[in-house]
Amino acid sequence: MTFHSILFDKNDIQKETVEQPEFFTDLNLDQVIDAITKRKKDYNLKPFFYTPLRDIETIYYRHEVMRDMEDAALMAPIKAFAEKMIIVRRYLGLVEKLDSHHHKQGWFLEAALIYCDAVTDLACDLSLANLKSRGFLAFREYVTNYVHSHVFQALQKEAQKVKNGLSNVKYSVIIQEGRFSVRGYEDEADYSVEVEKTFEKFKQGAVKDYRLDLYKGSGMSHIEAKILEFVALLFPAPFAALDQFCANHSQFVDETIRIFDREIQFYVAYLEFIAEIKSKGLPFCYPQVGASREVFDYDGFDLALAHALIFTEKPVICNDFFLKGAERIIVVSGPNQGGKTTFARAFGQLHYLASLGCPVPGREARLFLFDQIFTHFERQEDIRNLRGKLEDDLTRIHDILARITPNSILILNEIFASTTLQDAVFLSKEIMAKVMEVDLLCVWVTFIDELSTLSEKTVSMVSTVVPENPAMRTFKIVRRSADGLAYALSLAEKHRLTYKQIKERITS
Amino acid sequence: MRVFLMHPDRDFNVTQKLPFNEAALTEDLELNILFNAMALGDEFLFKVVRQAIFASLDAPEAIRYRQEILKDCLKNPSIVRKIYRIPIESIENKRRRWMGIFSSQPSGILSGAVQMLEMFVVLLRKLKRIADEHADGFESPGFKRFFAMIQQELSDDYFAVVENHLKMLKFHDGVLISAELGNGNEGTNYILRKTNHDHRNWLKRVLARKSPSYSYTLHPRDDAGARALGELRDRGVNLVANAVAQSADHIDSFFNMLRLELAFYIGCLNLSERLDQLGEPIVFPEPAPASERQHSFTGLYDVALALTMKQKVVGNDVNADGKDLAMITGANQGGKSTFLRSIGLAQLMMQCGMFVPAESFRANVCSGLFTHYKREEDATMTSGKFDEELGRMSAIVDNITPNSMVLFNESFAATNEREGSEIARQIVSALLEKRVKVFFVTHLYELAQSFHAQGMDNAIFLRADRQEDGRRTYKLIEAPPLKTSYGVDAYNKIFGERK
Repeated sequence: MTFHSILFDKNDIQKETVEQPEFFTDLNLDQVIDAITKRKKDYNLKPFFYTPLRDIETIYYRHEVMRDMEDAALMAPIKAFAEKMIIVRRYLGLVEKLDSHHHKQGWFLEAALIYCDAVTDLACDLSLANLKSRGFLAFREYVTNYVHSHVFQALQKEAQKVKNGLSNVKYSVIIQEGRFSVRGYEDEADYSVEVEKTFEKFKQGAVKDYRLDLYKGSGMSHIEAKILEFVALLFPAPFAALDQFCANHSQFVDETIRIFDREIQFYVAYLEFIAEIKSKGLPFCYPQVGASREVFDYDGFDLALAHALIFTEKPVICNDFFLKGAERIIVVSGPNQGGKTTFARAFGQLHYLASLGCPVPGREARLFLFDQIFTHFERQEDIRNLRGKLEDDLTRIHDILARITPNSILILNEIFASTTLQDAVFLSKEIMAKVMEVDLLCVWVTFIDELSTLSEKTVSMVSTVVPENPAMRTFKIVRRSADGLAYALSLAEKHRLTYKQIKERITS
Repeated sequence: MRVFLMHPDRDFNVTQKLPFNEAALTEDLELNILFNAMALGDEFLFKVVRQAIFASLDAPEAIRYRQEILKDCLKNPSIVRKIYRIPIESIENKRRRWMGIFSSQPSGILSGAVQMLEMFVVLLRKLKRIADEHADGFESPGFKRFFAMIQQELSDDYFAVVENHLKMLKFHDGVLISAELGNGNEGTNYILRKTNHDHRNWLKRVLARKSPSYSYTLHPRDDAGARALGELRDRGVNLVANAVAQSADHIDSFFNMLRLELAFYIGCLNLSERLDQLGEPIVFPEPAPASERQHSFTGLYDVALALTMKQKVVGNDVNADGKDLAMITGANQGGKSTFLRSIGLAQLMMQCGMFVPAESFRANVCSGLFTHYKREEDATMTSGKFDEELGRMSAIVDNITPNSMVLFNESFAATNEREGSEIARQIVSALLEKRVKVFFVTHLYELAQSFHAQGMDNAIFLRADRQEDGRRTYKLIEAPPLKTSYGVDAYNKIFGERK
């Protein structure tokens, strides 16, 4: 199999999108994608995350790569490779800025050395890795061939040889007031060691390191450049070899390797991001993705919320949903501050992330491969908008209804909150009829209970409270209410303090 | 050179994590009263004794190591206090003379460090003198080792070598630095090389050799060049400046460690002097291994109570050897809580190597001490009282290990007696089976009776004594639980006797 790209199994589709999709802010996906790409700015990964896939094959192509990457035995070498490539780019950038001839060439050589190292290690690690994905298998073949190619072999050997020659140079500088001399080093003893030895008996464990990091940015002073010039005069051969190397290998980074280095970060970034959340015990799974509208997700959650709560003790509440048969529309009602909006967002996020070929929050999921996602969330009134709020809402919804298809996903959150109940009921029913007619998947958060029983296409889900204390929210969204528990002994059980539980908890 | 007065083989770790329940222990056992009596208003002493008391030792040998040293201190209090003055003098010198290693240039670091070392040498000489004069009066292995080390390491020859270095480190004749080509052909691995200072013209000799060399003289107005050359020189002395500064730091930390490890004993001296004034006895306890079950004592009193009342208080005699459970019932205000506190305090004091407030005391060490006391209503309204009690219990279970000890004071009474007793019974039974020692002060008759009825060999039942006329003796006697806790006594006292 020929290697195209680690992100795409074929070449003829749109790979990147510059603009953030409209619904991102409503679903808090902007926060999620910001968090995912935050530490990877140099790779410019957002265009990949802004491009949902329409092809199930490509989604499964990414699932395979992602599963391979979940193996720490592969993730670690990929990260090591990326870190080295960052250094290669930094050094090559440095070369552009420097003046002194020997200095420029010195950094060019370092870049080449690290590049060789990065590619060789990657090829070796991949050959040992237990790869299953089509993407990685093809890439392994590519990189193995490249490492054995004449071009690469020559680059590596020559770079190492030149470096060895330079490393063997050892010289002395004698510094006096306003004057210095340079000559070869002649085995004088190390004075710091002697001082250290004298005071060794007082060693009390770790103390502050007073060695100052005296390297200030890139570049040399004219004094250092002068010294280097003298050193080159004292040791002419290694510097001649360096000249030759630079002339022979002016463009050494392979184009396919360069693209892989960027694209693989899509997986690294996503997996790093969810690893933090997984460590709090929240599940992720690879969803089935396809044309079935019998979607479900067990123990799903709002990824943006989970990320925001990472450093708190607050638990993230997981919720289930499923649609069967003719069911299309989840109508969410119930007490406020009970997690309704979060539930609706999670529904949208899950579908979007699935379309990227990523694992999604939940234990097990089947999700719908949509053509478009539309959202309408309550917004701040905009002073520049001359229409009233209700009119504004209606305009936006009208616009959405004109664009939806049976393959779209629609998420509505507390629309018409700014009108009378009577009006809201009337308007909602009108829009509901239209939505049912198109027969698309929809989550509708509302305070109007009767919307949930309009037809066999609607499913009612409610936010719930603690039965003994109606002021406490559970943030559980359920199809029906849960049962309460008896008090005192159940409290002990809750704290895992029964005889049996304690015996299990105390380890000998 | 290591102080090793707190452990025979390692430094005292003042940053060791305190047990998770340090706040509960402090509150329940009134530990701040004890800390304050030891610290006498000195924040540093307070911090150290608090740390030492919480960081319990769990090996009897380790406890005896400190007991021996503490006995030496009680015998030679003025000499110990004099040694304790030396590190304090170092701190005062530094403050008064603005000493320190603050510079951001190696040359500045070097001169600051040399100055500091010169000051330390004076104090080290002082310490050496005390060792020479008084070492004979100390018998503990800890102090013997300490003094022998001072005498061996700080010889006169050694002081001479140090002073010679301090002179050389001023580099009057320029520096010789070796280097290599590092990444990007930038000079690296700058190492200061030793030159022979006996001949003033070393430089001339070096340059006169046959090997080729290139020289460069800076233009007098080349300020940038002069600065760059200065930086290069700094790179050369970077390592030696580090070596000197680290040496100064090491001696500084030696003094700090001396102060830290002696602080604990100074705290003990302060407390023993105070208890002596009150006429209260102290005794060095006999620690037994954690796997054994020993707890027998005479005249054990609540040191926190004695320090608060500023007078002698009632002590208790109990023999609970071989017991895993002590169930304490009886009269209100009959000294149950005081007794429970004296158990906890004595355990902590024993396990940090101190004397204990008693006439005699022997107990096994425990691997952790936990208190579970009833608390005021939770102010944050986040959970009910019973729920809160169970939450604290659960946290204890998370942290407990076999051979720990738990002190319960009227726990699980925030629900009705039947439920409370049942839950407490389950908890205590499970703890006992996991080899946890339990002291339980309770009014829950059903709970106490359920254990008493089993006729267990490994349980002892203590009751706060009450005489026929209702007066308390504040002494505990060995006796089975009774159905009443004499609350009616308290009622009667307040509302007047009823016929």
